[in-house]
Amino acid sequence: MTHRATATIHGWLLLLPAMACLAVFTHWPAVASFIDSFYSTPRARRPARFVGLDNYQQMIADPIFWKAMSNNLWFALGTIPTSIALALLMAVWVNDKIVGRTWVRMAYFTPTILPMIAVANIWLFFFTPQYGLLEQIVGFFGGRSTNWLGSQDTALYAVTIVAIWKEAGFFMIFYLAALQAIPPSLGEAAAIEGASRWTYFRRIQFPLLMPTTLFVLINSVINAFRMVDHIFVMTRGGPDNATTLLLFYIYQVGFSFWDTSYAAALTCILLALLAIVAFVQYGWLERRTHYR
Amino acid sequence: MGSLELRAVSKNWGGAAAVDDVTFSVTEGNLVALLGPSGCGKSTTLRLIAGLEQCSSGAIAIGGQDVTNAPPSGRGIAMVFQNYALFPHLSVAENIAFGLKVRKVPRAERDDRLARAAEILGLGALMDRKPSQLSGGQQQRVALGRAIVAQAPVCLMDEPLSNLDAQLRVEMRREIRELQQRLGITMVYVTHDQVEAMTMADQVVLMRNGRIEQDAPPDRLYEVPATIFAARFVGTPPMNVVPLATLATRSNGDVLVAPRGLDPAAVAVGVRPERTVIGERGIAADVVAVEYLGADTLIETRIDSHRFIVRRPGKIRATPGERVHIELSHTDLHWFDLGSERRLTV
Ligand SMILES: Nc1ncnc2c1ncn2[C@@H]1O[C@H](COP(=O)(O)OP(=O)(O)O)[C@@H](O)[C@H]1O
Ligand SMILES: [Mg+2]
Repeated sequence: MTHRATATIHGWLLLLPAMACLAVFTHWPAVASFIDSFYSTPRARRPARFVGLDNYQQMIADPIFWKAMSNNLWFALGTIPTSIALALLMAVWVNDKIVGRTWVRMAYFTPTILPMIAVANIWLFFFTPQYGLLEQIVGFFGGRSTNWLGSQDTALYAVTIVAIWKEAGFFMIFYLAALQAIPPSLGEAAAIEGASRWTYFRRIQFPLLMPTTLFVLINSVINAFRMVDHIFVMTRGGPDNATTLLLFYIYQVGFSFWDTSYAAALTCILLALLAIVAFVQYGWLERRTHYR
Repeated sequence: MGSLELRAVSKNWGGAAAVDDVTFSVTEGNLVALLGPSGCGKSTTLRLIAGLEQCSSGAIAIGGQDVTNAPPSGRGIAMVFQNYALFPHLSVAENIAFGLKVRKVPRAERDDRLARAAEILGLGALMDRKPSQLSGGQQQRVALGRAIVAQAPVCLMDEPLSNLDAQLRVEMRREIRELQQRLGITMVYVTHDQVEAMTMADQVVLMRNGRIEQDAPPDRLYEVPATIFAARFVGTPPMNVVPLATLATRSNGDVLVAPRGLDPAAVAVGVRPERTVIGERGIAADVVAVEYLGADTLIETRIDSHRFIVRRPGKIRATPGERVHIELSHTDLHWFDLGSERRLTV
């Protein structure tokens, strides 16, 4: 008995440092943000006071919040399906053609290990007006010169493409690992039965990849609301908020305008949004997923 | 329609030949066993027939049609894999009917054939289960079901029983053979287990290092082995093969003489353990071990440095270290050339 009690205490003691870090730096700030969102922002001569839902009402009336929200939804819609589809396509291709060639995997993985700031700088060069790579190619074919990042019409597309490029390689690694866990004899059995490559993918490979797809999907949703590094480098939310994403807006409100309470309210909305998405995905997809 | 023919088929993996100039043919409705030790090229031969690998040279014909360059699905074959290769996310019914669906067999016929396969294999109660919910033997049956529902004239099996326990193996052996005969399937059955090959096959193709060692019916393979390798690979315990020179010096009775026209120094004598008698006269041998098996006794002896096993019915008294004399009958002897290791016709 006492032996077991000691073991339990040891167990908790071992967990304690990590638990403490999580509580202090993750759980408590989340709770604190939630509480702060019901108070006014403290100023030099005016301490914070309880204002109820004022911050949330302000949000509903805030056109920039809605702009950031819609930008973010378009950004998510642009990055998630495309990056997953690309990742799947590349993984299947690599798996078929060049099984086990590590350098190919490495090549695809490179965008992931690069810091987003570095990635953004590379793409900044591609998108630069007049002498950027994209401009030169377009110019070579006699196209019209475009300021990709400076135009309201194209800026959001430009930052979306960067995100896709960064994510697809990362997700491909997961797909590739899952594909290599599928015994080759399944493919051979399907080939003997007369299944085409497409049928084999649709009826065998894709269903067996469902756990990976679920994992990748949730990650990509979270990333779509979390990835803002390249916004700082490439557009700073401009032109005229055309590329302001939710998290970037929270940063601006909190650390440029120093309206911390309003930023806390925005944060709560973002967290709630992510929680809902995660629950829906797990609830809906989990049931249709075959785990081996 | 379901005959099979391989003509001088070879397969190289970057230099080394895994299958080397293999030629054999199978009559429609027969079961041929590809037998041989691990790594001798059995699986590769089977995969060449299936079209999962491309021949480096040679030709393959199924039902009289050349299929050397045909895709696997265009050869009229079904295959049972060693690990069964069942689709883990599909139910038993979906697994079995997969090929029919892919080939767009009409719904009614599909259900019909599925039901018949299920009935033949006794899978009726398991149709909605996933493969992970089945025992090894049941998975094996599903794999068989997938092969027979295709109604392909030729069925290929790669060590289908190697993942089952001994008891089940004996049952499935009988079941597969019965099924094959009832449905009249031409079957190529890969195994490294000579008992499986001997009990199931109409014809055994014995392979070694990618080449065919002997191609014969089981009884002939046992009674008239073409090489020393064939003689020792088939039968347990294996045939005793000892150079004639050794036997001649150790005999206290009639000295064994080589048949006329053979060089006594260059031949080996083979004799099955059950065709030997321990008596007063004959070849002197030292007992090394005695194994009593109930129905018979195995007496392991040494003749100089050569192992020689005697198998006698019932219980035989002998103790290790004892010297015994082994009597041989001339009619039971097999003669081999020591150089080429091939059988000498006497
Ligand atoms: N895909 C492959 N690549 C290279 N060598 C192979 C491959 N498959 C089999 N081999 C070689 O071919 C030989 C025969 O193999 P296999 O046909 O699998 O033997 P068996 O089935 O009789 O045990 C072995 O030496 C094996 O190493
Ligand atoms: Mg093999």
